[in-house]
Amino acid sequence: MTGTDTTPLHGLHLELGAKMIAFAGYDMPVQYRAGVMQEHLHTRAAVGLFDVSHMGQVRLSGPSWEMVAGAFETLVPMDVRGLADGRQRYGFFTNDAGGIEDDLMFARAGDDLMVVVNAACKAADIAHMRASLPGKISVEELSDRALVALQGPRAQAVMAGLDARAAQMRFMDVAELEPGGIAVVASRSGYTGEDGYEISVPAPEAERLARLLLAHEDVLPVGLGARDSLRLEAGLCLYGHDIDATTDPVSAALTWAIQKVRRPGGDRAGGFPGADVIFERMEQEAGLRRVGLRPEGRAPMREGVQIFDSAQGGDPLGHVTSGGFGPTVGAPVAMGYVPHALSEAGTGLWGEVRGKRLPVTVAALPFVPANFKR
Amino acid sequence: MKFTEEHEWLREEGGEMVVGITIHAAAQLGDVVFVELPEEGTMVSKDDEVVVIESVKAASDILAPVDGEITEVNAALADNPGMVNDDPQGEAWFFKMTVSDPSQLEEFMDEAGYQKFIA
Repeated sequence: MTGTDTTPLHGLHLELGAKMIAFAGYDMPVQYRAGVMQEHLHTRAAVGLFDVSHMGQVRLSGPSWEMVAGAFETLVPMDVRGLADGRQRYGFFTNDAGGIEDDLMFARAGDDLMVVVNAACKAADIAHMRASLPGKISVEELSDRALVALQGPRAQAVMAGLDARAAQMRFMDVAELEPGGIAVVASRSGYTGEDGYEISVPAPEAERLARLLLAHEDVLPVGLGARDSLRLEAGLCLYGHDIDATTDPVSAALTWAIQKVRRPGGDRAGGFPGADVIFERMEQEAGLRRVGLRPEGRAPMREGVQIFDSAQGGDPLGHVTSGGFGPTVGAPVAMGYVPHALSEAGTGLWGEVRGKRLPVTVAALPFVPANFKR
Repeated sequence: MKFTEEHEWLREEGGEMVVGITIHAAAQLGDVVFVELPEEGTMVSKDDEVVVIESVKAASDILAPVDGEITEVNAALADNPGMVNDDPQGEAWFFKMTVSDPSQLEEFMDEAGYQKFIA
């Protein structure tokens, strides 16, 4: 990574008093004046506006939807061909060892596939798609577009006030909208566990759209700090931390994202990198599993904390991959990997914080119930 | 009140020093969610890690500003860590300690010096 990029909303962040940090090569707001705690709680109570323009937006197009979807299915273990127009799914690129190269969202827009990938992985993802997909499938990075997320229980009211069609969308729908006369593509999804929209907007219009949304009294700008605590409470993985190229979807507890049609016995079983390894893992009740973890005291258990099955002695059996304080839970929360035999909710374990073993309990995810409009 | 380059303040009280963190430090930390205090009676050396503060962002250490004995800790912080943000230079003191070597106090800044230091 050389130098630091900025998003089309950079000037607005500075004007709003954001504290900026380097993230995935971008100068991004980690928090605004309200602070991480207030921004988090406001998103759960009303609406938060997030700049996620650092993420990669990619359009795949080709001679037909069947060819585009079929080609993409060679890279991901998801049902792409069965995706209806205007619908979105969660997915991930796998590698030959069954590991996860990146996680992503993909949506069908007519005959095209719109893919949103993580900022830190986008260059590698685009290179991977260009190298792996047939020449007749074009891979176009939409670097002239910004992406903002409007998240929270009142997001629909805010969005529908600018374009009434927003209220008709269900969770994981994708539609063209025109809030304030600005042509955008919105999906009803997000990374907070709340209802809301992710809105792709042409870069030159991004600031006008953001100001329009912020003009609503319910909307507060929210930085990456609260984005992280919100997604952690929602039990959602952060790539590079909770999942990476060495974690397979079974260990990562993401098997739900592999539709039946791509599993053994399905019409289009396999045919993606690492399929054999992943199918074998699906049969095994062994190895590690990603679980929720609730430390008993007030001390947060952060990434890297080792997990033991006894208060003293023994080797570490697992580790925390994301952890911190959950403002809505009102207590520390974490995610990590523990042996399958210890992965049942309610299992009592110990986490070692600054040399001391503290009790921690395996917990069901999410920590905060999802609030989607199904 | 005296100030350290580690953004701590020291206030003399009955021959001991009351120690906390500055308004500037509290603002930089963000919302404090957990404070781990030392045991009363612990003998510490200058720069020993004596307090752990966890904010929504990260964990930070507070170092002993001088050599001495921890005589009292502010137990209220364990139940209400948010006090550190609300009143860092008042109610939210961390501990009281004796000073074994008063010459160690000489390097610390006064308020004006500290304001210049963080400017």
